[in-house]
Amino acid sequence: MADNGGVSTGPGQGGALTRANPPVPLDLRPVAHAAVNRSATERRAAQIGTRRSVKGLHQAAWLVHAIRCIDLTTLAGDDTADRVRRLCAKARQPVRPDIQAALGVQGLTTGAVCVYPTMVPHAVAALDGSGIPVASVATGFPAGLTPLPLRLAEIRWAVEQGAAEIDIVITRELALRGDWPALYDEIAAMREACGTAHMKAILATGDLGTLTTVHRAATVAMQAGADFIKTSTGKEPQNATLPVALTMIRALRDHQDATGHVVGFKPAGGLRTAKEAMVWLSLIREELGPRAMQPDLFRIGASSMLGDIERQLEHFVTGRYAAQSHHPMG
Amino acid sequence: MTIHDILADMGYGAAPESAAPVAAWLAERAPGIGHFIGGAFWAFTPDAAFVTENPASGAPLIAVSRGTAADVDRAVAAARTAFPGWAARPPAERARHLYALARAVQKHERFLAVLETTDTGKPIRESRDIDLPLVARHFHYHAGWAAALPMEFPGHAPHGVCAQVTPWNFPLLMLAWKIAPALAAGNTVVLKPAEQSPLTAAAFAEICAEVGLPPGVVNIVQGDGDTGAALVAHPGVDKVAFTGSTTVGRAIRVALAGSGKALTLELGGKSPFIVFEGADLDAAVEGVVDGIWLNQGQVCCAGSRLLVQESVADAFTARLMRRMETLRVGDPLDKSTDIGAIISAEQLARIRGLIDTGLAEGGALATAGNPLPGSGHWCEPGIFTGASPAATVAQVEIFGPVAALMTFRTLDEGVEMANNTAYGLAASVWSQDVDTALDAAARIRAGVVWINGTNMLDAAAPFGGMRESGFGREGGRAGMAAYLRSDGAAPTRPLPQRAVDYAPAPAPATQGGNRPPGIDRTLKLYIGGKQVRPDGGASYALRGPDGARIGAAATGGRKDIRNAVEAARKAAGWAALSGHARAQIVHFMAENMAQRRDQFAASLAAGGCDDPAAEIEATLDRLMLIGGMADKLDGGVQSARARHMTLTVNEPWGITGLICPLGQPLIGMVTLIAGLIAQGNRVIAVPDPAQALVAGDLAQLCDSSDVPGGVVNLITGDPAVLGPVLAAHDDVDALWHAGDAALLARLETEAVGNLKPVRAHPAALDWAALPMPMLRSVIADAVQTKTIWLPYGG
Repeated sequence: MADNGGVSTGPGQGGALTRANPPVPLDLRPVAHAAVNRSATERRAAQIGTRRSVKGLHQAAWLVHAIRCIDLTTLAGDDTADRVRRLCAKARQPVRPDIQAALGVQGLTTGAVCVYPTMVPHAVAALDGSGIPVASVATGFPAGLTPLPLRLAEIRWAVEQGAAEIDIVITRELALRGDWPALYDEIAAMREACGTAHMKAILATGDLGTLTTVHRAATVAMQAGADFIKTSTGKEPQNATLPVALTMIRALRDHQDATGHVVGFKPAGGLRTAKEAMVWLSLIREELGPRAMQPDLFRIGASSMLGDIERQLEHFVTGRYAAQSHHPMG
Repeated sequence: MTIHDILADMGYGAAPESAAPVAAWLAERAPGIGHFIGGAFWAFTPDAAFVTENPASGAPLIAVSRGTAADVDRAVAAARTAFPGWAARPPAERARHLYALARAVQKHERFLAVLETTDTGKPIRESRDIDLPLVARHFHYHAGWAAALPMEFPGHAPHGVCAQVTPWNFPLLMLAWKIAPALAAGNTVVLKPAEQSPLTAAAFAEICAEVGLPPGVVNIVQGDGDTGAALVAHPGVDKVAFTGSTTVGRAIRVALAGSGKALTLELGGKSPFIVFEGADLDAAVEGVVDGIWLNQGQVCCAGSRLLVQESVADAFTARLMRRMETLRVGDPLDKSTDIGAIISAEQLARIRGLIDTGLAEGGALATAGNPLPGSGHWCEPGIFTGASPAATVAQVEIFGPVAALMTFRTLDEGVEMANNTAYGLAASVWSQDVDTALDAAARIRAGVVWINGTNMLDAAAPFGGMRESGFGREGGRAGMAAYLRSDGAAPTRPLPQRAVDYAPAPAPATQGGNRPPGIDRTLKLYIGGKQVRPDGGASYALRGPDGARIGAAATGGRKDIRNAVEAARKAAGWAALSGHARAQIVHFMAENMAQRRDQFAASLAAGGCDDPAAEIEATLDRLMLIGGMADKLDGGVQSARARHMTLTVNEPWGITGLICPLGQPLIGMVTLIAGLIAQGNRVIAVPDPAQALVAGDLAQLCDSSDVPGGVVNLITGDPAVLGPVLAAHDDVDALWHAGDAALLARLETEAVGNLKPVRAHPAALDWAALPMPMLRSVIADAVQTKTIWLPYGG
């Protein structure tokens, strides 16, 4: 890819994910010590977008990179096979070829496509040969309140259908009640069910009440072997916010320090603008460093954000503000 | 560079804010900038002008006139001329002017931010996101006070002409802090900005003209320390406000001694930043970034002493070291810069000198090894880890991006280390435990305490120091009060003209001896709840109005003052009592005085009082009232920011010296002593030397009224001897002077040692006839404001 001057978009970069976070025994010390001050967290979160600025060519590069990190998502009750095929086509070619050419970019794809389990076969077929992995939500998404054996069976089914990544939801009740051993056991069982598939643990932070609980749930999920921790299903009253993300990232950093294992991070839900993409990338760079910005460790769960990025890239190329209708829909 | 290259390292690239509008503004003002006096822009005067530079490059920006004594004269005269008209304008009209200033600042905010950054070297993020919004907020907030003045401050009037001298670290913000309340109160202003960063003040002068502020209401005289000295010393000035170094603050205190000018000082600090176990350590690390690394650490309230509980010290330090690596030092105009340039070569040399001292003393300086730009004045951010309180870098204000990190074991030790400084400006307390946080906030001696935050500022939240960080508050109701004085004439009485002979030798026979058949009564000193003989072993004769000897009083001296201060220091528990407990004791004093009317009446009569019964009754009423106020000087909750509980808490000064009025020996002395102790102060009082009999009665009264030893100490003797000893004592926190006016200059000069505030009352004030608003201000002067920020959110 790089040899012709284009960008290595990493087909299969998602699919080639290694499982870098083997489970460790449950350790309740970091759970007990978790202490998150909401106001201070909000202050820092508010500074992420104001302490750093990315302009011009760098901004274009960052937006191209953001596309590589997008889990292009459809998780709606009216999803159909054709709808999923359209989305997959967009994932294969997320930006108009003329704009890609003007940017000096070729073969750009999104990080993955994320769908419901029954849509996995359609997505796998539509992405055949692209190297783009299919991510499936599972475990009774979004509430996760189906019996555990069924949730585990759902994971296995999705993996059998070709999903390379599984986005599980945690049982919020266990976090709200502080039953960390039970939460650990559930997530560990889910990880085992994933087999070689990559597991993202959705904390559904909008349901968890406090940032301290978010920190604790993230810690337990990582100890149980989650490859990624993810903020939201997109169905909670509050989606991915920067203070929540900062809390999860700090828990992630602590886990990495304690175990030496590497964990990825995925915000999802309510992310719509190119500007937000820049802030989220900046957050990762500041808190975890540039390595953690790569698509094997950072994904953005989004559906409409791509459209805004396309328009910003066209503006960069042409100097004119762009119309959404000039960009192919997914 | 291609997108491909950038994708390889995902760097930020350059994101400079445009300097072009500022460059054009400077070019239009070549060859130099002059003063703004009486609404006119005076021509630049190249003689003795100075050149302001861009600290990030060292390049000269523009020349600026250096104000002479004549310029200061002209400016003060312009302000004086403008004062009556400005003060007489309807409050609503002054409010409109302040509102116009707020809006004008907003309309020019980008330009002003770039100008500020160009002149100071501070990152554009700070001038854009912190300085300028706070400037606009300050004018807007004070537009509100201007309109509400008659409603909220009845019986108050402006001082007149205010001389204001501002520092180089937050030039426009400090200008706003000075000018907005002054104008809202109806004062006029002559402001002298720091010569290192004079440009935003010059731009502000243009804004004043733009919005049509009446000529002479705001005058800007440019210049250096000599100009500032001429300004504050100018006889046409009524009120002086200074923000800057403690050294210059001391010089101003001395220069103004005895002048009668109102004075507020906001000086240096070595503020503690205390991290308790159970704190959100990541949040605390960001607090360090917002603390010692705001404005390159050139912040008077910067948390420069990091005190970390031993149990979390390693974890905190590791996080802090990692965070330091991501700080970006460089072009202040770049929007991704965290740390800009140091203001001047001189300041950089000072910082480097202190760092060298720290290293020479064996300190370990941790830095991230970030490369620094070539030209300009740059200092790498760093932390002296493993420091001890004895280290120079833990004692002396560095005013640079370097803090000292120390550990402590317990809450008590943490508070003790926090208070182990001559300063008392600000403190940060980090703990998720509300008990720990509030306990520490209550016990730290600082004017501002931020819980789980740092460097939070708002126009509604009073800001200012305790101890050698100065006195007076800016912001909030307290800040407005500093620009107002009580209106109306103070009631006066004829001063007694009675010389006291302190000679230790027996009086010559010509002066007459005791009136027979009295039992000899020689009053002792009252120290620590005991009647003690004076260290000097001498007493002086007390004489009635006819010159007859009515007794003798101990001649107190230096060592007696020393002993009294030590006794008062031991009585610290007094401040910790509830207001109710103190009220009961003051009321018990009234109860017991009523039982001893005869004794007090005899002493008053012997001293020449015409109507002892009336003075005693008035004093009883006074005691009842003052005691009742012990639990009524409420603090408040300020409307600063949403979801930030911002408390103003009234705290006693501590140990207070008191020079009692001459004459009215009972009601004068009791009003002041009771007023002070009711609010939790301990007092070392020097009674009217001619009326020491009453002091002897008061000592007995304290003894019999459960006043704890050391809370009230009475040292008779010559106020001219004892007053300066009290004023110069560094463990006396404040000094009240109601005695001989001729003594005031000496007291204010001696008070410079620990910069204790001196509250002077007119010598001839009639203490029996105080109007209620004046009495309230006497009582309210017994406390100072501590502002506690408690942001919250579950």
